Amino acid sequence: MIGLTQVYVLAGLVFAGFAVMSLRDPANPRRWRNALFWGLFALSFLAGDHLGDLGNGLLVLAMAVTAALGLGRSGTGAEDAGARAASARAHGLRLFLPALLVPVIVLAGSLGVRHGGPVAAALVDPKQATLVSLSLAALVVAVLTVRLFRQPVLSPLTEGLRLADTVGWMALLPQTLAALGAVFALAGVGAVVGETVTRVFSMDTRLAAVAVYCLGMAGFTVLMGNAFAAFPVMTAGVALPILVKVYGGDPAAICAIGMLSGFCGTLLTPLAANFNLAPAALLDLDDRYAVIRAQAPTALVLLLVNTVLMHVLAFPSHP
Amino acid sequence: MGYMLVLLGVLLVVAGFAVGLNPLLVVLASALATGLAAGLSPVEVLAAFGKAFNENRYVSAAWLILPVIGVLERSGLQEAARGLIARLRSVTFARLMLAYLLFRQVTAALGLISIAGQTQTIRPIIAPMAEAARASETGVEALDSSEAQKVRAFAAGTDNIGLFFGEDIFLAIGSILLMVGFLEQNGITVEPLHLSVWAIPTAIAAFLVHGCRILVFGRRRPRP
Repeated sequence: MIGLTQVYVLAGLVFAGFAVMSLRDPANPRRWRNALFWGLFALSFLAGDHLGDLGNGLLVLAMAVTAALGLGRSGTGAEDAGARAASARAHGLRLFLPALLVPVIVLAGSLGVRHGGPVAAALVDPKQATLVSLSLAALVVAVLTVRLFRQPVLSPLTEGLRLADTVGWMALLPQTLAALGAVFALAGVGAVVGETVTRVFSMDTRLAAVAVYCLGMAGFTVLMGNAFAAFPVMTAGVALPILVKVYGGDPAAICAIGMLSGFCGTLLTPLAANFNLAPAALLDLDDRYAVIRAQAPTALVLLLVNTVLMHVLAFPSHP
Repeated sequence: MGYMLVLLGVLLVVAGFAVGLNPLLVVLASALATGLAAGLSPVEVLAAFGKAFNENRYVSAAWLILPVIGVLERSGLQEAARGLIARLRSVTFARLMLAYLLFRQVTAALGLISIAGQTQTIRPIIAPMAEAARASETGVEALDSSEAQKVRAFAAGTDNIGLFFGEDIFLAIGSILLMVGFLEQNGITVEPLHLSVWAIPTAIAAFLVHGCRILVFGRRRPRP
């Protein structure tokens, strides 16, 4: 059955390819460091299950130190604007076809596995259908693009490395933050924050309680980087005992709008690195927090809107 | 007071990010502080962190998309996206962003969260289109770097906002399943549908609020 194992092997091979391409890149003065960084990434994907917990810990430590010393940028790749413009003129709208094929394969793959009956379910792990489809799409469309537009055979690796070096060490941050979340959970950080919030703020009126829950979901999410970590703590601490039991609110409306208040926090926090920091690196923005700044006004207004919506909609029996 | 010590890790993260230290080192330091405060030894913390890191590899597997996007860019996809917008004078920055916001919200509400995204869509297609539209509206050949960066950041933010305030309308998305499971543990039975309908008012508000910001951004005259 095709599942995470195969996806990880493919990812490991791609990262190993980045490492080799880094080494062969005389234009990058820090090519050894880059090769080490992407090589360790490859090692994690290819052999992470055999390294042991401490081994994996040392691996992350080595990657973080390598990254902190400073990575260089790939010097190869299509920096030739003239060639790109000529290719764009020659191929025109046909260039969009492979780009559209990626979502089509993802869609067909995930729907096919979900509704394809026992044969499809035996072929692909249904829980990983989307990731498997995305990996397949990445592979198939890369080969197709090379053939269609007559690109060099190794260009998926050299060009992938160009983008990967644009993201740099930021590529590792989302996964390390997910691991930090697990350590926080192990140490019971969530429960302590939740207790502090409920002890510090008074919830004498319904509006105050609604505000504590919505703002608490957002604030907690900012601190933890993830609304899913905030939800159980804030809902067990504020929503169920006070909004539902004391004020008679509808649990479905309260939870749904509470979660969306948490999403407002996700838009505001650097700890949600895959949404907020990685795109800033990928788009070559000088300000690491530029995407958060662009989102902040919308997020803050929506947080207020959510608080009002909950106050108005979630208490049908006590308007 | 002792149990409050575990918050030290949270404080370290906040301070480290605020000061602008390398986030990878900040995260490791925070994990160490949190683990020590919870009574683990440094080696135990490193092992716990390594275990969680290994279990979360699927987060980084998303970078598998980089090679295909890279070859497409080498073939001129960004230039083609810019050229298309330069020819279609009716596609303004505001119309492009509004259409993309609506597309992202509606497809996410149907559960199609992986058909677009920052790496697949924003970097190679939508950001160059937005820059081209903005350039032709403001009557310049190419945007200056600061304006171009503002446009790209705004496009990236629009993708996140469309995704976040669309996906919760879908019944089988992770956050809905988390809520159903959590409420069940607390003796409350809720249908996924009841949760997802309550995501609709906020989704509409998100379109209106961010839509207004798109219109304002589109009308703004860049400083000369």
